[in-house]
Amino acid sequence: MWITISYLAWAISAVLAVWMAYDWFKTDTTFTEDQLTSSREGEIEAVSEKHKV
Amino acid sequence: MAEAAQATAQVTTANGQRISLLRVLGPAHIWALGVGIVLVGEFTGWNFSADKGGTLAALMTCWFVGLLYTSVAMIDSEVTSTVAAAGGQYAQAKHIVGPLMAFNVALFLVFAYTMLEVSDAILAGDTIVARAGAEGLTHDSFIALVIVVLAWLNYRGVLMTLNVNFIITALAYISIVILFFAVQPWSQGTVLKLNELVTPQNALPYGWIGVIAAFQFGIWYYLGIEGTTQAAEEVRSPARSLPYGTMAGMITLLIAAAMTWYVCASLLPWEYLGVTYYPLWDAAKMTGSPVLEFLLFWGTILSAVASANGCINDAARAWFSLGRDRYLPTWFSAVHPKYRTPYRSILFLLPIALAFAFIADLNQAITFSILSGVLHYTFMSINIIMFRNKWPLGSIRRGYTHPFHPIPAICLFVLCAITFFAIFLGFGSQLIAMVVFYIIVSVWFHFYRYRYVRRGDQFTMPWPKPKGY
Repeated sequence: MWITISYLAWAISAVLAVWMAYDWFKTDTTFTEDQLTSSREGEIEAVSEKHKV
Repeated sequence: MAEAAQATAQVTTANGQRISLLRVLGPAHIWALGVGIVLVGEFTGWNFSADKGGTLAALMTCWFVGLLYTSVAMIDSEVTSTVAAAGGQYAQAKHIVGPLMAFNVALFLVFAYTMLEVSDAILAGDTIVARAGAEGLTHDSFIALVIVVLAWLNYRGVLMTLNVNFIITALAYISIVILFFAVQPWSQGTVLKLNELVTPQNALPYGWIGVIAAFQFGIWYYLGIEGTTQAAEEVRSPARSLPYGTMAGMITLLIAAAMTWYVCASLLPWEYLGVTYYPLWDAAKMTGSPVLEFLLFWGTILSAVASANGCINDAARAWFSLGRDRYLPTWFSAVHPKYRTPYRSILFLLPIALAFAFIADLNQAITFSILSGVLHYTFMSINIIMFRNKWPLGSIRRGYTHPFHPIPAICLFVLCAITFFAIFLGFGSQLIAMVVFYIIVSVWFHFYRYRYVRRGDQFTMPWPKPKGY
């Protein structure tokens, strides 16, 4: 039984790895690089924290 | 909540605005991240300190290292509630010390968490193989399952990732509490035999140098609690949630460490306690109760999975932050437009973790994780002194202000120095190799990579000029 579970573990890992690779490809071909890398540090702080104590 | 978050993500993308990490987490998620990463240390790791110095040394390190981590939690809570950005201590170092320190701190973080993830996966695989007892069964498939499933979970969103972590961490913690009360701790001699197992003759078999040597593995009682800061950019209220979740997590761990030592020291002789990979599971076996044995087996598995899950989350955010500031190629700073996760960083670190898990052994992975962690804590003690000097109380708004400054910083620095000495006693060559590695990459960063960094863009906190500048 444990050997079967071991094969099942390999299969689940492979399926999820393929899914992630597919989604990665789909995302990178759907959106531009500028959109995907548009995150900036400190956006919330810039509008909410003025640090006037 | 998850659907609402995803809907918000899509609207934001459609409007052509920035694609950022989602602010969806609360204090319970911070607790789950911090305690989830650490709790595995109660199920394995801390007990090797008994091999270095005896059972009493393991208790002393529990207290002293507890003091070290309480300082870490307090210092971290103050700085992170002010510098609320993904990357945690990396963003702190960048604003307070400078880019070269920040680059090194980010590498400490990525190494510490990736190696801890590797150790967790190996532990989970080995525990399943030990339980199964089937001939020809190896841990490889279970290691792959743990790492890939958790990477997939992290890829799909931070909210679900940390909801899962909350549940499995709580279940693992409850298993320790059930074991503690099941052995009737109020009645020594009924089940527990502390008086027989820890005697004046064997309490400190190697004397005080054994206590110092035990620090190396005493770290495992609490290693990783500082990981809560990596979620700073994804919590709804950083100033409230981060200190609250981190301090609650530290209190939880101090209680867990005390219960774990008491039960294990009262059921297992120190010679065995110091070498087993499963102190709590073995303690449960010693009670003769199949129910407790079953519970602590699952506690061990769940704690390892929770830790690996939190480590993937944290390592990916540190790597993502390096890309966002151009310390590494910006390609790594991509955020998934639907799931709002640093998906490329998660995917990049996945095969690295798998490779280490298949080729490295548990001891090597643990040692690299501890080394990077202690280097990181040493930085934190210096960082808080500089933070208070450059931006004294009253000059900027802090979500939390830690008491007794600079005593926690000094305490942290001294305890880190002791721990470095302890590591040098056991793993001197690895310590030197790791320090040489960080020096080489620092030279590479300073003379080559830093030319690609947009120097003004990296400092994002709207703070006043530091005092003296």
